[in-house]
Amino acid sequence: MRLKVWEGNKRRDLSDLFDIKVDWSNGDEITISLNGDLIKVRMVGAQMSKGKIVVNGNIGMHLGEGMSGGEIIVEGYADSWAGGSMKGGRIEIKGSAGDYLGAPYRGSPEGMRGGTIIVHGDAGREVGCLMRGGLIRVYGSVRHFVGVNMIDGTILVHGDCAGKAGGGMRGGRIIICGYIPSILPTFTIEDIRPSVSIDGEKIPGPFYRFIGDIADGGDGRLFISKPKNPHLAFYEKYLE
Amino acid sequence: MKLIIKNGFVYDPLNGVDGEQMDICVENGKIVEKVDEHEAKAIDASGMIVMPGGIDIHTHIAGSEVNSGRLLRPEDHVRDVEAKTAVTRSGVGYSVPSTFTTGYRYARMGYTFLCNPSMPPLEARHTHEELDDTPIVDKATFPLLGDWWFVLEYLGDGLIKECAEHVAWMIMATKGYAIKIVNPGGLEAWGFGRNVKDLDDPVPYFNITPREIIRGLCKVNSILNLPHTIHVHTNRLGQPGNYITTIKTMDCVKDLASSDRPVIHITHCQFSAFKGDSWANMRSGAEEIAKYVNANKHVTLDMGQVIFADTTTMTADGPWQYTLYELSGNKWVNHDVEVETSSGIVPFKYRRKSYVHATMWSIGLELALLIKDPWKIYLTTDHPNGGPFTEYPRVICWLMSRKARERTLKKINKKARARSLLPSIDREYTFYDVAIVTRAGQARALGLKGKGHLGVGADADIAIYNVDPRKIDPSSDYKVIRRAFARAAYTIKGGEIVVRDGEIVRAFNGRTYWINFSGVGDPANKAFLEATENLRKRFREYWTVEFDNYFIPERYLKASAPINIETKGV
Ligand SMILES: [Zn+2]
Repeated sequence: MRLKVWEGNKRRDLSDLFDIKVDWSNGDEITISLNGDLIKVRMVGAQMSKGKIVVNGNIGMHLGEGMSGGEIIVEGYADSWAGGSMKGGRIEIKGSAGDYLGAPYRGSPEGMRGGTIIVHGDAGREVGCLMRGGLIRVYGSVRHFVGVNMIDGTILVHGDCAGKAGGGMRGGRIIICGYIPSILPTFTIEDIRPSVSIDGEKIPGPFYRFIGDIADGGDGRLFISKPKNPHLAFYEKYLE
Repeated sequence: MKLIIKNGFVYDPLNGVDGEQMDICVENGKIVEKVDEHEAKAIDASGMIVMPGGIDIHTHIAGSEVNSGRLLRPEDHVRDVEAKTAVTRSGVGYSVPSTFTTGYRYARMGYTFLCNPSMPPLEARHTHEELDDTPIVDKATFPLLGDWWFVLEYLGDGLIKECAEHVAWMIMATKGYAIKIVNPGGLEAWGFGRNVKDLDDPVPYFNITPREIIRGLCKVNSILNLPHTIHVHTNRLGQPGNYITTIKTMDCVKDLASSDRPVIHITHCQFSAFKGDSWANMRSGAEEIAKYVNANKHVTLDMGQVIFADTTTMTADGPWQYTLYELSGNKWVNHDVEVETSSGIVPFKYRRKSYVHATMWSIGLELALLIKDPWKIYLTTDHPNGGPFTEYPRVICWLMSRKARERTLKKINKKARARSLLPSIDREYTFYDVAIVTRAGQARALGLKGKGHLGVGADADIAIYNVDPRKIDPSSDYKVIRRAFARAAYTIKGGEIVVRDGEIVRAFNGRTYWINFSGVGDPANKAFLEATENLRKRFREYWTVEFDNYFIPERYLKASAPINIETKGV
């Protein structure tokens, strides 16, 4: 097996860089297991359409970029652009994720179109930038600009958000179950919702529901936990 | 280096050679009668077509406008990346490629001379820096002069000679080649958020109409004895009903033509050939324009063909770019260039299923097919406005093959198809016609003596395409044609082989052609001295740039190729 890969600007055989063991006992079910610290290994699972990759450790940038099917499981941390421009399939990250989770690479307008990304730890900035479909679920917290320029799809954050949620969003939903310092002034409050339903699952609220980003003529929905954000109570006077 | 290109089918319209099998000899960068076969490197071109290097009369490849386009379109770059090779640099970009990539891609298609048609004079320095970084091909650039305050003032006062002196200075100062006019008067009006409505609508705050600007600069062009005509982007470009304005524009200088030589070039005519009075009933005005052009000798055109692609529009026509922004809702750039001109940039996607876009596609081809004399209309896409230049081979197929046109017609908007004139047109271009509209005609219109032909003494800029005209019928085998014109078998520039089998094998600087008026800057020539003194006085009031920093010295160009011109009567 002579699979060629880039190491820096040189073409190398994959087997020069890794010990490779092949086990055919599972038949057609293909699972690739990666062991070691792979934080500098990029584009793992890019464009994959089926099968399964298990990373026992950390993984470098562009994990599963543009993937359309199959499953990737990371036991550790996944660096920036995990699931970038993904169209389908499932990525589960047991640790945290870097910046641009599910976001297209710089310059590309091709946001995530489908599939699911689940992060058990935290995620960085610009989660779901330009997202057009699918679901991103972060159990920890996210940094600034979650859902920036998003067009459709759902981002669910169980933890806190550092701010500027949904800047430039034109559609889709962002749900923040934790604390957020403030809402962008280009969002207006619509109502208070007892809960949000995502693929049949009920996420308990109550939530302040905002519409925006009005500066971009947007019709996105921002759900912000009411109990975790008492400092936003002043919005309620606009509901009468 | 000596070369002998053996047994190719040669298409050299300027010398009347129509597909004859013959040898072409090259020595010291020029075409010669004969070379010593033992010393010369031989290229076997049997079963191939040999043409002069391609010439593009109108392609936006350099300058601040193009560079702003690059900044605006990261998504254009991320989709199209070229790695470096042993001889080429890396680069990016589909509709606004980086400078080096632009040079390589043109050379790969057998092109060797490009005209950058829209240079704000103030930004000439930047333009030349980019042209210097556009390898292999030779180039020329046209300063925008139709809305320069000095032109408006002098022409408004009827001072043609004084206007000519200032224009001469400006062409020298910017190292330009021809007078470019864009939406005359409209760009100045745009500085006040307005536009001009037609040829006789006065320019706000200036006592002048677009008609007077066009006529005045046409006279200036003749006084200065410039090799090209005035190069005009018409008023009302892109507006339904503008074909009448286009015909009036051509007609308004008819009386200024004294011989058979053209006096006006209407660029990217497709965008100026719309009938109707709204987007809903917009139709083709190609028939009327073709009728006028067929009956007159004083005008040349280029197509401005639309390609169904995601491209970037950029013109000096600020108000038109604003309209495009409003139509598309896309991100955009708009710019006012001090006392000189304006500009705008909007990314734009031409869609097959859009009635208007599909009609525009049809209009470009209708013009090229209904205008009988190929010497009057040249192949362009107004790169990147109608689509990127890399799509020229596709346009060649549409011109050469009815079947290729029908194939695309089947896929376009129904209403546009029903109204298209293309099904009624049987004409198919020959290789000879293609050689005219992609090189010979352009060389003639630009007044380039050593380009666009393969006669003895011409520059050895040669394209060889892997098509055997005995075996290939372009009408049915148009895909072969497209592949062949996309990747030249050989491109020879200045006698050196630069492309083999569609790949760059050598890269070097091409030259920049500019007009050198004898007498400008000469202390003996009082008229030019006065123009310079007048400019020096008013520079402080009018520009943010100092007079002494404005003029680009010849040594600033990497490879300067001045054309020395004697003016008539300045
Ligand atoms: Zn143009």
